[in-house]
Amino acid sequence: MIKVVNVWKSFTERPVLKGISATFDKGKTNLIIGQSGSGKTVLMKSIVGLHDVDEGEIYYNDQDFNSLDSKGKKKLRQQVGMLFQGGALFDSATVEENVMYPLDMFSEKTYEEKIERVNFCLKRVNIENANKLFPSEISGGMKKRVAIARAIALNPRFLFCDEPNSGLDPKTSIIIDNLIKEITEEYDITTIVNTHDMNSVMGIGDKIIFIHQGEKWWEGTKEDVLNSDNKEFNDFVFASKLARKIKGIL
Amino acid sequence: MQLFHTIGLYFIFLGKVFSRPEKRWIYYRETVKEIDKLGINSIGIIAIISFFMGAVITIQTAYNTENPFLPTYLIGVAARDSILLEFSSTIVALILAGKVGSNIASEIGTMRVTEQIDALEIMGVNSANFLVLPKITALVLFNPFLTILSIAVGIFGGWIVGVYAGVITTQEYIDGIQYVFYPYYITYAIIKTIVFAFIITSVSSFYGYYVEGGSLEVGRSSTKAVVYSSVVVLLFNLILTQLLLS
Repeated sequence: MIKVVNVWKSFTERPVLKGISATFDKGKTNLIIGQSGSGKTVLMKSIVGLHDVDEGEIYYNDQDFNSLDSKGKKKLRQQVGMLFQGGALFDSATVEENVMYPLDMFSEKTYEEKIERVNFCLKRVNIENANKLFPSEISGGMKKRVAIARAIALNPRFLFCDEPNSGLDPKTSIIIDNLIKEITEEYDITTIVNTHDMNSVMGIGDKIIFIHQGEKWWEGTKEDVLNSDNKEFNDFVFASKLARKIKGIL
Repeated sequence: MQLFHTIGLYFIFLGKVFSRPEKRWIYYRETVKEIDKLGINSIGIIAIISFFMGAVITIQTAYNTENPFLPTYLIGVAARDSILLEFSSTIVALILAGKVGSNIASEIGTMRVTEQIDALEIMGVNSANFLVLPKITALVLFNPFLTILSIAVGIFGGWIVGVYAGVITTQEYIDGIQYVFYPYYITYAIIKTIVFAFIITSVSSFYGYYVEGGSLEVGRSSTKAVVYSSVVVLLFNLILTQLLLS
């Protein structure tokens, strides 16, 4: 479980997060949704410690992240996996080396054990026979899947996905979404996904938090989406004619 | 104020770089890779430039000392001292600032804008240490070899072209090379080259590491890396020359 309490963050005096509080549940796919520039990525990067918050607390289970020293943060981060928007695979390393990297850095496994784990993770994300390929030689969807494999290599307890569907076709997006949900439930981890893809919201949103102009405006499940009377939330979710039509039909 | 901020940030960056590597064997492996990438891959360009610079120094010295009262072997002396004292350490460092510096800044800068550095940080890796320390170690270790190679090829180029152009004989050139030779000049050149290697790699890495934005900013940081590492190399050339030769 991850809990954020009254988190504030500004960049050059411009407030981006304005007192956000939320709880992200274990074993569930928690979605942070909102328009571009609403503060989703800043919130996620603040939770993982890539940005220092100006005010507020972030708890991993009951551990206050901000009160940890650098060693404590480092230890905690080894329990965190993250999928970045572009995959963030290391260009100069092969698929196998990318997935093996966290194992090289933080495990005492033998080379054979590491290869076994790498192959297991790649198989889990449905990638086979691509170990020796470089990121530039694989498709966008494969890059995301390799990034997921790298993120789960060390059996993380917390998984963060920043816009996992950006740049992907609808079919591949659904495959990635389902993969994230399956992994979350299979390993019983706390997963937070940043997205503005409504297919993801309706498909995997166990818990949804809507951010608008740096503030939390709505919270609920995918079942609650259709019944919300929050104007800003409805404007965002039902922005397209098609979505409005579907809402009308339902 | 901006200057002081940048200098302060540079030293904070160095503090992150010079911490204990996570896994020693990974640090050694990365260092070997960087020796190949930054050092061995520079041998060709250093050899070509050194050969022609040696040749030009010899011909220009001969042209400027056309005087019957000056012995011809002085051409060899001038070529040796120019190559040893200034060319093979400082000019080679400036060439490397262009070649290696832009390479480092654009590589690390691209890693920054494509979130690869964030990925390292999320894993709990000290990204500055992991990415930069092997580069500094590699060039600091390998640059003296490049300098020695440059000295040898420069002197060889001066001899070949000097003799071919008919401005000096082989015997006179060798006499000049050996005339009043101070072995300390080699020590001086190597000390300079080690300091310059550190400056080139650390300054270029610094500009790459703190890039914000996209590909345009990566290009700008690459240019900044070359310009500032060259300026700092020249500044330290002056300081070291004063300290080591006065």
